[in-house]
Amino acid sequence: MPDNFFSVMQFELVATVIMFIVLLLRLGKKRITGDSLLLVINGLLTINLLVGFFCNAHGSLFGDMFFSNPLICFQKSILNLGLLIISLQSWPWLKNHHHTAEFYIILLASLIGMFFMISAQNMFMVYLSLELATIPLAALANFDLQLRRSGEAAMKYIISSAFSSGVLLFGISLVYGAIGSLNFEVISIGMSANPLMIFGFVLIFAGFAFKLSAAPFHLWTADVYEGAPVAVTSYLSVISKGAIVFVFITILYRLFQNIFDTWYQILFLIAVLTMVIGNLFAMRQQNLKRFLAFSSIAQVGFILIGIGGNSSEGLTASVYFVLIYIFSNLAAFGVISLVSTLTGKESISDYKGFYKTNPLLAWVLTLALFSLAGIPPTAGFFGKFFLLMAGAAQDNYPLVIIAALNMIVSLYYYLRVVKAMFMEENADPIQKLKTGVSPALALIICVAGLLLTGLIGGAYEYISSIV
Amino acid sequence: MSNYDYISLIPILPIAGFVLIGLAGKKYFPALSGWLATLLIGTSAVLSLFTAYQYFIVDGAANGVYPQLLPVDMQWLQFTNTLSINMGILLDPISVMMLVVVTFVSLMVHIYSTGYMKGESRYATFFAYLQLFTFSMLGLVMSSNLFQIYIFWELVGVSSFLLIGFYFDKPSAVAASKKAFIVTRFADLFFLIGILITGVTAHSFNFTDIIANLTSPEFLKEYSATFLGFSVVTWALVLIFIGGAGKSAMFPLHIWLPDAMEGPTPVSALIHAATMVVAGVYLVARLFPVFAITGSGAIDVVAYIGIFSALFAALIACTQTDIKRVLAYSTMSQIGYMMFALGVSSQAHDAGFTASMFHLFTHAFFKSLLFLGAGLVIHAVHSNDMKDMGGLRKYLPITHITFLIGCLAIAGVPPFAGFFSKEGILHAAYTTHPDIYYVALVTSGLTAFYMFRLYFRIFWNKADIHLHHFHGEGAWSMKFPLLILATLSIAAGFVPFAHYVTATRTEGHMHTDIMFSIAPVLIGLLGIAVAMMWYKNENDRADKAVAMMRGVYRTAYHKFYIDELYIFITKKVIFNCIGRPAAWIDRNIVDGTMNFIALMTGEISDSIKGMQSGKVQGYAMYFFAGVIGLTLICLYIWM
Repeated sequence: MPDNFFSVMQFELVATVIMFIVLLLRLGKKRITGDSLLLVINGLLTINLLVGFFCNAHGSLFGDMFFSNPLICFQKSILNLGLLIISLQSWPWLKNHHHTAEFYIILLASLIGMFFMISAQNMFMVYLSLELATIPLAALANFDLQLRRSGEAAMKYIISSAFSSGVLLFGISLVYGAIGSLNFEVISIGMSANPLMIFGFVLIFAGFAFKLSAAPFHLWTADVYEGAPVAVTSYLSVISKGAIVFVFITILYRLFQNIFDTWYQILFLIAVLTMVIGNLFAMRQQNLKRFLAFSSIAQVGFILIGIGGNSSEGLTASVYFVLIYIFSNLAAFGVISLVSTLTGKESISDYKGFYKTNPLLAWVLTLALFSLAGIPPTAGFFGKFFLLMAGAAQDNYPLVIIAALNMIVSLYYYLRVVKAMFMEENADPIQKLKTGVSPALALIICVAGLLLTGLIGGAYEYISSIV
Repeated sequence: MSNYDYISLIPILPIAGFVLIGLAGKKYFPALSGWLATLLIGTSAVLSLFTAYQYFIVDGAANGVYPQLLPVDMQWLQFTNTLSINMGILLDPISVMMLVVVTFVSLMVHIYSTGYMKGESRYATFFAYLQLFTFSMLGLVMSSNLFQIYIFWELVGVSSFLLIGFYFDKPSAVAASKKAFIVTRFADLFFLIGILITGVTAHSFNFTDIIANLTSPEFLKEYSATFLGFSVVTWALVLIFIGGAGKSAMFPLHIWLPDAMEGPTPVSALIHAATMVVAGVYLVARLFPVFAITGSGAIDVVAYIGIFSALFAALIACTQTDIKRVLAYSTMSQIGYMMFALGVSSQAHDAGFTASMFHLFTHAFFKSLLFLGAGLVIHAVHSNDMKDMGGLRKYLPITHITFLIGCLAIAGVPPFAGFFSKEGILHAAYTTHPDIYYVALVTSGLTAFYMFRLYFRIFWNKADIHLHHFHGEGAWSMKFPLLILATLSIAAGFVPFAHYVTATRTEGHMHTDIMFSIAPVLIGLLGIAVAMMWYKNENDRADKAVAMMRGVYRTAYHKFYIDELYIFITKKVIFNCIGRPAAWIDRNIVDGTMNFIALMTGEISDSIKGMQSGKVQGYAMYFFAGVIGLTLICLYIWM
């Protein structure tokens, strides 16, 4: 066993240990349930997050299949943070659920898959860990066991995932056939623009675009997001997406650097399409979960613009944006999940007069939506600004203009929700809600994050220094 | 060199007030919150005056040039190796002047509001918002770089959104605040693109560096990047100007301003007279050296948009009957003056720059005076409409006199403040752009006319009037600001402004030419005379004139149908051409295909019924279609 085994694989090991602890808690004779179980698990996840901060290992394992450096550690910490917030938010939902422990075991399995995926240095490893990350999610989507739509969501997710995995795998085999290796380093040197490799590239690109829910591969998103329990939806839209963004950047920047001219065109096209489609459909939604699903599709379009910068700024801006996006989106999902769990209301018109009964929650949701819309001084503005700045470095002004126009459109629909909450009357508003300690804590973390990450320049500079 | 350590207190005090009143004021000291806010803003105002005293008098110009100081400057983040973003406070003649204007007018509005908003259930909230707004505006004028100014620019937008929509149980107020927010945000996005392009081109966001880099001879010689036939710098400047035009309500982005009058009147005095609406002028003035590079072309856009807005708004103002709307259009018209004054300037002839800033300075006083006066009138008659007014001079003596002073000032009658600044503008236009000068002359006649139409219809016109529910003119807290502002509307004109503010930051001198002043003053007096003849007493002269010019009047009364045009474009064109097809595709093609596939795969669907799994096959089809599409495009690019 190499000396640096424990430090390089620290994240995976800690998460695995936690998974086993939860498993033992489940199997133990004296079963802990409800609040005490959740307290233990959330404590463990907090430790998981804190331990992660001390990792700055630099090295590779398993014959260069697995790699870690400070940037990768930071990316994993972002995912850990997101997981903790989601876990805190879903406390009220899981408290009365019969399979809380299983929920966490499956969730952690998926997280470990993502960790491996981020660290992968080999296409084989990417594929394996991608599956490890995806398949448990299908089980999770079905976790509202008695609800039919939850099962439907899981079914749709697993079937659609199967397509994309197949396509991805096909792409990988083509690249392997052309170059004769799955190692990133070898592929990146051997890559050149010939039809076979370009076809392989397109297939790999499409596979990832599906997971990112970029248009036209986004169709599954809304159905799955709507049907799955809110906690799972948050996980899918934030953590899963963040992890895929990280890997996607590595693959584009390293593997396919030689055919930049080709992928830039594709990326440009997909980015525009994704933004436009996401926004157009978000405008029409009445259900808030569906609404956020489409708005998150539009957000992916912005990330793609930043990635198109093809520079260390592009990478920095994307990672920074994912961090901010976690705060903003989870703040929004946090409020919605609270309302949905306690009252079952999910439609925008239900939120009329929300400010009168729940002023604090209304403000949190407003801040989150403002951040998603990119209005300063919320962090979302800074995230978008840097993405556009990185994208503008390619001197592609039409792209920047299209992006800016999309920001207007998105503002319109985000504001629609704000307007309903603050300015519209409702005979039967959502009653005053008891937030509970743990969701409140999660919301405080999110609000602090989305106010401070932007204003404190250090966050961006730190990412920039480790890129 | 004096010490400016206290400078950051100026914006910190109002934001502290916002936090304090916003969090605790409502519960613990609602009645006191007004005075607390006034005290804080008063301290800011005193500090600002002291800053101005130190900057202009004590330190003065070194070797004839006023320095650009950065008392606060910290690197906020390093974006790339060559591009960093700072946060700082920039002191130069125009920012110091704006500090005084903003804090002073805000102080007056605060004092006035303690009386005007009395008894309002959300009294404390109102003051919290006022404080937030003042903070944002102060941050905006003190910004040392484009990035920072944008952040405060948006904060100003958000806080004005809160203030305009303050009466959120009134649907028209809600609609107005939403409109203001959306229209200015729309403009701001162009501003944002402009900032991005400027940042990439100039390799800096700091105003001083941008100006130095973009106006350096080497840059001008070597830089040749163009986009659609214009230099990229020109594009950036025009985009930045669009942002400014949105906030400053320049044609065609002015549509939000009249509706914004739904907000409480003190808000209109603060936001729509003296502060937010001049932000666009201030922005252009900030980047003036870059705008003024010969051949950029952006400066002409500023000039012609400015003069057009001035005339356009003046025409509409002549026909409106809601007194706050008249004032709103008059504001738009006066800002048009400031804009074209900048637009007619160049590096060689920069008198317009000084005149524009001077007009901004004097206009802040007399326009907030007029708005606050209008507030008292509305308080007395419980209506915004001229029809319900007339003969009020007996009831509101102080309002009457101060309002008259405001009208004389805006009409440009000597020796009131507006006379001096407007003369400067007209003279600057006369020397470089005679065409603009003549239009401006006509506009100043119209200005005098519509202002005195307003004045006579409020305070004269009807001989006998009985006010119901009249409780006196109002508390002293409301009358006192009027008196102060009226005094300033007379005195501000005598400030040797050119001595302090010029485009090159040197000590200039004011141009005065009595012969030149004759024409504008006569035209102004003519406007007043016509207004007097038509409106001083009840008669049908005005109606006859209207009947004669029915077509023109009708068009102007309907604000040249610009709102209708917007509604047509947004509702009809965008909705029908984009929204409908998108919905249609979704409903018919997407769903239709789904249904078709569901039908075809009925067997499979039946086995897992109720899961609509027919759709998943559809998704797969789209997925593979996408893959094939991408492949084709890729191969096309490759070939």
